[in-house]
Amino acid sequence: MTASDPGHPTTAVEVHDLSVDLGGRLVLRGVDLSVRTGEVVAVLGTNGSGKSTLIRTIVGLLPAARGEVRLFGTPVPRFRQWQRVGYVPQRVTAASGVPATVQEVVSSGRLARRRWFGAMTAADRAAIATALDAVGLAGRRRDAVAELSGGQQQRVLIARALAGEPDLLILDEPTAGVDLTSQAVFSDAVRTLVSRGTTVVLVSHDLGPMDALIDRCVVLRAGRIAYDGPPHATQTHAHVHPHGPEDDTPGWLPS
Amino acid sequence: MTELLSLDFMQRALVAGLLTGLAAPAIGTYLVQRRLALMGDGIGHVAITGVALGLLTGTAPVLTAIAVAIVGATAIELIRSRGRTSGDVALALLFYGGIAGGVLLIGLAGQGAATLNTYLFGSLTTVSPSDLWVVVGLAVAVLVIAVGLAPQLFAVCQDEEYARVAGLPVRLLNVLIAVMAAVTVTVAMRTVGLLLVSALMVVPVATAQQLTRSFRGTFVAACGLGVAACLSGIVTSYYADVAPGATIVVLALAGFGVAAALGAVVRRRRGTTAPVADEPDPEVVLADDPHQVAGSHRHDHHDECEHPAVRHGDHVDYVHDGHLHAAHGDHWDEH
Repeated sequence: MTASDPGHPTTAVEVHDLSVDLGGRLVLRGVDLSVRTGEVVAVLGTNGSGKSTLIRTIVGLLPAARGEVRLFGTPVPRFRQWQRVGYVPQRVTAASGVPATVQEVVSSGRLARRRWFGAMTAADRAAIATALDAVGLAGRRRDAVAELSGGQQQRVLIARALAGEPDLLILDEPTAGVDLTSQAVFSDAVRTLVSRGTTVVLVSHDLGPMDALIDRCVVLRAGRIAYDGPPHATQTHAHVHPHGPEDDTPGWLPS
Repeated sequence: MTELLSLDFMQRALVAGLLTGLAAPAIGTYLVQRRLALMGDGIGHVAITGVALGLLTGTAPVLTAIAVAIVGATAIELIRSRGRTSGDVALALLFYGGIAGGVLLIGLAGQGAATLNTYLFGSLTTVSPSDLWVVVGLAVAVLVIAVGLAPQLFAVCQDEEYARVAGLPVRLLNVLIAVMAAVTVTVAMRTVGLLLVSALMVVPVATAQQLTRSFRGTFVAACGLGVAACLSGIVTSYYADVAPGATIVVLALAGFGVAAALGAVVRRRRGTTAPVADEPDPEVVLADDPHQVAGSHRHDHHDECEHPAVRHGDHVDYVHDGHLHAAHGDHWDEH
């Protein structure tokens, strides 16, 4: 896999020979991955396979020990167009030491587009209202985030990413431990974005109602890509056994 | 009361108190949001060395206190952001070094405990006209940044990683918060004193959030409470002839007591004492349970294979030698 030219318009995420070291342990080893614009890619794998590390390195939260990540053709350390990227972190809690309303948290999603010391524009307000509508929380925008259920708090974080009107949406375990209503709301919101051409990369344990939206699955195992291809193959054709012997692994790409 | 307002030193004390009452809770809201409520305390300890340096060298103690507090606050922030476990101990060393160094240097400067006390707990009579200008300038600067950069500072304090992905200069903003806290400590030094300044940063915020739901509401209410505590504390201190720091903080704490009682009543009436739990659904339980992965498994189950398919809630199990297999991401689980 070769790195694309800088500014190459059709590649949203380009990961080349990426290794990541967390506290002296190599969590990713030589990962290559290319996501074209408009694609919806699910990164799957068991706990400890490195999928969250891959996502966090793509958005620049973790440094690469070797190799590089490019977003829209620009290496991440030099990437400045963060308004094009929407990030939904793995939920700890949307609440913090001081109460904040749903609207206040979602408004943070506009920051990459706002000037310092500048007031919110009409476009900012419209985008925030649209994002709240998309996750079905418009009626609760004045409520404190801490008063919401876990699934609703996760929806707040998704609305925050949507409010930035991103070209690339990156989600870390967006449906883990989330009630079925919130999962359905969430997959509807993502479906709307996908229909507008937004690129989506999401990490997940199990896809649930997202299944039908996925163009491609990438399965990580022990820090390497064990499978990269159409989604159903991972479950019905070339499913991966973490403990199976080597000859029990038809359909794997050589890694 | 008119007699009190006609005194020059009281006018200066009240102006300083007004600005302190606004600035301390303003920066305090951000500190509490980041769960760094005790940071102001640490900076106050370090600033004691700054005051002592001023007394020793004959420079204005306000200026040396600002310089040392800013250096100390930046050091605290850098140690914190490294996030090592030894950071906790490093902070303790910095705080004790600050207070011990300050007492030592004040002794060397030939000043007694009485001078030290005016810095530790505030003093009405010691706000000089030149001090007042420094206090006004710094407090206004802190307030302009705390209000003008509210969206950015809110995002950094609320979710630091998200702020980084939004492209905000997170390290710069963190240092800015630390420097603003340091400046506020020296602004408040003459009114509440260095040992109690942190109380004025934290207590009004804690009081406000008993009754508020929004960040903006908490911020505004905390500033109002801070001003009320400062002005009433200064007046009380004049009549009772005690250090203003003590009366301000005692009044602020009394306010907290009232708000906590009121808040409990209001929350009971709203019926929201605890966050609402998600509607229970089987998938959540399954996802969280430690699941058993099927061992070596050569066969792919699908609709037409010889193993009977059993619909089971949100997924399909396949009967396989007397037990059930279910697809789970990239492998098969025993069900």
